[in-house]
Amino acid sequence: MAKNRTEVADIDRSLYDFSYGEEGFERLDAGLTPDIVTEISQRKNEPRWMLDLRLKSLEIYHRMPNPTWGPGIEGLDMDNIVTYVKPNTEQKNDWDSVPDDIKDTFERLGIPEAERSYLAGVGAQYDSELVYHNMQDTAAKMGIVYSGIEEALHEPKWEAIIREKFMTLIPPTDHKFAALHGAVWSGGSFVYVPKGVKLDFPLQSYFRLNAKGAGQFEHTLIVVEDDADLHFIEGCSAPKYNVANLHAGAVELFVGKRAHLRYSTIENWSKNMYNLNTKRARCEEEGEIEWISGSFGSHVGYLYPMSVLAGRKSRSNFTGITFAGTGQNLDTGCKVVLGAPDTTATVETKSISKGGGISTFRSSIVATPAAEGAAASVSCQSLMLDDISRSDTIPAMDIRAKNVDIGHEATIGRIGDDKIFYLMSRGISEEEARTMIVNGFANPVSKELPLEYAVEMNNLIKLEMEGAIG
Amino acid sequence: MSTNPLLSINNLTASVDEKTILHGIDLNVAPGETHVLMGPNGAGKSTMGHVIMGDPVYTVNEGSITFDGADITELTPDKRSRAGLFLSFQAPVEIPGVPLSSFLRAQIAGRPGLEMRGKEFRRRVKELAAELSMDTAYLNRELGVGFSGGEKKKVEMLQLLLLQPKLAVLDETDSGLDVDALGVVSRGMDAYRKATDGSLIIITHNTRILEHLEVDRVHVMVDGRIVREDDASLIPWIDANGFDSFEREAAAAAAGETR
Repeated sequence: MAKNRTEVADIDRSLYDFSYGEEGFERLDAGLTPDIVTEISQRKNEPRWMLDLRLKSLEIYHRMPNPTWGPGIEGLDMDNIVTYVKPNTEQKNDWDSVPDDIKDTFERLGIPEAERSYLAGVGAQYDSELVYHNMQDTAAKMGIVYSGIEEALHEPKWEAIIREKFMTLIPPTDHKFAALHGAVWSGGSFVYVPKGVKLDFPLQSYFRLNAKGAGQFEHTLIVVEDDADLHFIEGCSAPKYNVANLHAGAVELFVGKRAHLRYSTIENWSKNMYNLNTKRARCEEEGEIEWISGSFGSHVGYLYPMSVLAGRKSRSNFTGITFAGTGQNLDTGCKVVLGAPDTTATVETKSISKGGGISTFRSSIVATPAAEGAAASVSCQSLMLDDISRSDTIPAMDIRAKNVDIGHEATIGRIGDDKIFYLMSRGISEEEARTMIVNGFANPVSKELPLEYAVEMNNLIKLEMEGAIG
Repeated sequence: MSTNPLLSINNLTASVDEKTILHGIDLNVAPGETHVLMGPNGAGKSTMGHVIMGDPVYTVNEGSITFDGADITELTPDKRSRAGLFLSFQAPVEIPGVPLSSFLRAQIAGRPGLEMRGKEFRRRVKELAAELSMDTAYLNRELGVGFSGGEKKKVEMLQLLLLQPKLAVLDETDSGLDVDALGVVSRGMDAYRKATDGSLIIITHNTRILEHLEVDRVHVMVDGRIVREDDASLIPWIDANGFDSFEREAAAAAAGETR
């Protein structure tokens, strides 16, 4: 594989700093009104402060422009989304309206029949209640709260915590889709791990995504108190199909002193989806956040999990993979704020582009003046499977502290013909050979995933690689 | 020479980037025979191995390759492998992230008589590794990554023994190896012969690897042509005299052609 150091281009604005342009907003915003937002809140029987937050967010949403620095989002069907979040609108979803390729993929990934219609967003909640409750019971015995965030909002004890933290890491002013999220968010998970409690199996949100709109605007809020440990898994490899084609979820993670949180995601949204998701973590002293992130689906994706290392010696490790196929423009990466002395961060990403797909790696490392002795290393490897695909690397670094050690390495390569010939000479077909090489390339990510997810990810790559030749 | 060869190469001309490397090669290998292909650097020996295996880098401009009764000139390398051909690479590649054991499993998948269940497969591979004095820890390592030259060659021999092809081309399998590793390669070739009675084409500069082998035919290649063919007695002669005389003759012949 050719290893070329790519040009490190500066970008002149932070990842979340959207530039302004005015045209088109009136039309896009038609339909989403304070009345609708109030109605959403009332139906959920929310506390007043939440309604206020929604209304304030709505106002900000109307004021803010679309981002202009990333992949185009002209195809975003806002009218449909408005319909979706509107209470009392009949959703005319049925199995017949689910595209064939999605049905086919369910089949081939081996998704059980009962789950398929649920995943396709057309079925009632599938029969996962038992699994979910077992998980919840075990966690509860350890003092861990794992519940729907809407339910938690009705428990005074948790409401206080949610109120204190909700949309503080991701304020509605952050960008237009954060504001939209604040206004119409629905469903999602709330996890609270008390001091010193270590859970030795992962919690999976897969079993939680059943509230209306939860697939679109879900809010995940996780608090891991001092000395506690949690692994949380979001999503699954099955393609999720939704009539509304925008996903603007928010994930806010609070990691206490000496606490550890691993947050794993595999996303495989259907290929009409605009995935404008925002994820942030804040770590206190010696706290550690680990992000494992696999992005496969979506038509357009903007996804940059961000770690704010607020406490001395806190750490962030990001491992991610992005696979952009035909018709996909995936802009992914990671952002780290080294905000305290001796904080450390590693970013290791892999991107694969194929069939004209565009994959852009965007990272931002900011070392504040407080970050003396901090260190960060960023590594990005890209694999292009043909001549029509594209892969870009845009790393940004803003260093304002002394004695900081920051490194960046990027390589872009292709699959060498010599490798293909070697594998084929041992009786392996060309398609299989390419898939094997791509799976190997993705291995540093898949080996971080629990086995069942790793197997699913390999299957997913296999599916994506089909017909890659000729 | 057998009238019923396993491999029959007829008037084979092959090129890369419009540069002709092989000029009208004829070569026949009967079942169970061991052939040696020798010659100076750049004579086209490795190209020959690669063309036999179907490396798409090379274009066959003329001639044909028949293997086990079928014309394989147009077959892709995977199909040639499944027909019973094997090429041991001079420089095996590295595939990061792919464990050697997974690679081995993929090779035997769907091969009649070779496909094994997991347990059986692991036992078999461990046996072969032991036979080749190979640490079984390598089986879990990424293919070729961080392997020494000797280890890479051992892995090639392991595959030879696992796949048991009808004919194996060993491209400079002995090059760059220390005495111990050479011994392992020799043992591997012996084991292959014993297990399969398969045919061998050994491409080498070094006659040392041939010491314990029964060689049926020796072919000397210079400038993409086979300039001399003989029995094993040619080996000690080359040992003593090198390729100089062949190269001079070839140069003279070429000069004669252009005159």
